Amino acid sequence: MSKEPVAVVGIGQTKHVAARRDVSIAGLVREAAQRALDDAELTWADIEAVVIGKAPDFFEGVMMPELYLADALGAVGKPMLRVHTAGSVGGSTALVAANLVAARVHGTVLTLAFEKQSESNAMWGLSLPIPFQQPLLAGAGGFFAPHVRAYMRRTGAPDTVGSLVAYKDRRNALKNPYAHLHEHDLTLERVQASPMLWDPIRYSETCPSSDGACAMVLTDRAGAARAPRPPAWMLGGAMRSEPTLFAGKDFVSPQAGKDCAADVYRQAGIADPRRDIDAVEMYVPFSWYEPMWLENLGFAAEGEGWKLTEAGVTELDGDLPVNMSGGVLSANPIGASGMIRFAEAALQVRGQAGEHQVEGARRVLGHAYGGGSQFFSMWLVGSQRPDS
Amino acid sequence: MTREIAVVAFAQTDHRRTSAELSEVEMLMPVLHEVLDETGLKTADIDFTCSGSSDYLAGRAFSFTLALDGVGAWPPISESHVEMDGAWALYEAWTKLLTGEADTALVYSYGKSSPGSVRDVLTRQLDPYYVAPLWPDAVSLAALQAQALIDGGVTDEPALAAVGARSRSDAGANSHAQLRGSVPQGEYAVRPLRTGDCPPVGDGAAAVILAAGERARSLCARPAWIRGIDHRIEAHGLGVRDLTDSPSARLAAERAGAFERPVDTAELHAPFSSQEVVLRRALRLDDSVRVNPSGGALAANPVMAAGLIRIGEAAAGIHRGESDRALAHATSGPCLQQNLVAVLEGDPR
Repeated sequence: MSKEPVAVVGIGQTKHVAARRDVSIAGLVREAAQRALDDAELTWADIEAVVIGKAPDFFEGVMMPELYLADALGAVGKPMLRVHTAGSVGGSTALVAANLVAARVHGTVLTLAFEKQSESNAMWGLSLPIPFQQPLLAGAGGFFAPHVRAYMRRTGAPDTVGSLVAYKDRRNALKNPYAHLHEHDLTLERVQASPMLWDPIRYSETCPSSDGACAMVLTDRAGAARAPRPPAWMLGGAMRSEPTLFAGKDFVSPQAGKDCAADVYRQAGIADPRRDIDAVEMYVPFSWYEPMWLENLGFAAEGEGWKLTEAGVTELDGDLPVNMSGGVLSANPIGASGMIRFAEAALQVRGQAGEHQVEGARRVLGHAYGGGSQFFSMWLVGSQRPDS
Repeated sequence: MTREIAVVAFAQTDHRRTSAELSEVEMLMPVLHEVLDETGLKTADIDFTCSGSSDYLAGRAFSFTLALDGVGAWPPISESHVEMDGAWALYEAWTKLLTGEADTALVYSYGKSSPGSVRDVLTRQLDPYYVAPLWPDAVSLAALQAQALIDGGVTDEPALAAVGARSRSDAGANSHAQLRGSVPQGEYAVRPLRTGDCPPVGDGAAAVILAAGERARSLCARPAWIRGIDHRIEAHGLGVRDLTDSPSARLAAERAGAFERPVDTAELHAPFSSQEVVLRRALRLDDSVRVNPSGGALAANPVMAAGLIRIGEAAAGIHRGESDRALAHATSGPCLQQNLVAVLEGDPR
């Protein structure tokens, strides 16, 4: 049997900021959803189902918030699914929604992911003490810093690479009106002089805490034919998971990430990702993850990722732009961050990315990961329908 | 041509008031082994895995991640999770199988209510600005619904008591149930609901294996084919809903094809006796239908697994040849806000 091709015809984001005190959680998600509908020139009545995702409920202190949000998202009388796969959730949520279309269960689906971090403190939300379990060591930075150090040791990368990524992403963010951080006076020297938080990760190489939401309207061939603007077509999508803690785990380049990318490339007929993919929105919450994921995703040989970064290949005007939007380093509403990557990839192939548009982007990868690098979700979108 | 997908195996724990000596993973592991053993499959043979659980029961963020370690996700697996009852995890897995990207799926869910007060915990599901600060608990909200039914002349207290008594009497044949046999109706918990109208608080886990087409026939002598499955949600505010009705359950049943032909069995996720009254009417179940032969949620209600167990029980009845066409139902949210209905059938005999 064949799957129905899936098209992205509407994309909406909020302007990500440290605290949206002017709206409730419902108001925040509604804003992104309405923008996605407006982009698709559809109404709430055109939506057949809603798939919503966010990272842990403890971040806002609302258990299973989809129940409360049903009204705000026009879901009353419709199916509503709630996905939660840690930091990869924004991507996973989009893939679950895409499967509803691919399986021909529904024709047009709204998918949305959000986080309103100002409602609580994510650092402590991640650090609840549990008996008989390894503590996460004060938020995510404490967990990931040793793995960054391992990458540096393994590859011999000079310790300046991380700051190059942060400087690039923050400059890209200046071209993205929705990005949280717009640091107009940032210089490379300032990144390098910022305080050391979790050695080797400096303050300016970490993601902010943001309030924000991202929504997409996904539809089938018939829906895409009616769309007012060019659709982005899903060419491949996959999720992979591996255990958090076990002796065989490679925290620098997890097997689940490699397998997930390989599955996406197989579906999309990508033989050489470096040549066949035009740009990447990847999940880089700490700057060093750009060179690490370049290797994990097959854009560089093992130990070579940092050389692409250093050579400027991943700059907005480089040969393989990475995080044109400014990435997670410039806006991190955690639950939404994965979906923003997926949505920004779609914006690029639709030619709708505005000032941070990559000329001629035809195939763009959206990437998300979560937990202790054990959950991965990715999709590759293109300007051409896969069966055309 | 839509793919045929079936439940081919089901396992559940013995549900208990407390399982303090077990972690969630330890509670879950035997059930995972049981469904795999039933089919002869190994973790590596499963194409897609999906689970349902809630961080709020565990009292920590990302609680599901450790369960995944227990599944043995190595080499890496294709896997997802819903922060919902496992019935919705099964729905996601069903969708995945429909796309043709997977032929087999493992679905599991679990919940431990014993570490806290689930009555208080569930208040955190409510509108966080206007309702949750008042801490209205699940029993009180169900009592509002029960009183609305009584006021509407739909039922009365003796009829509700009969629902509880029948459920626990039927649960006598279910070794996994928590409350079995003759259980006194008890004192009022919140008027008009007595303790006998309310579910036991307990810990438990469940797992199901799905398979498509010929694969299902090779794994199970009599697969429980999912003829239809659908779920719908209603408004959150109780003030804008008619609590004596369940339009979302009715619509889900209609979309799942439940009304096309009569069912012989129904497994309803009705944690309160009054909710069975609502669901029987919405789902058009008359006295010819065996309702909750397992004892239902009034005999065991491990939160986050109780809905998946309804699907599993309905399927197991078909596997055993005791049922030919069954309806399975799961609910979520206050006063039946969200409802899922699946229609299962065995091959003709």
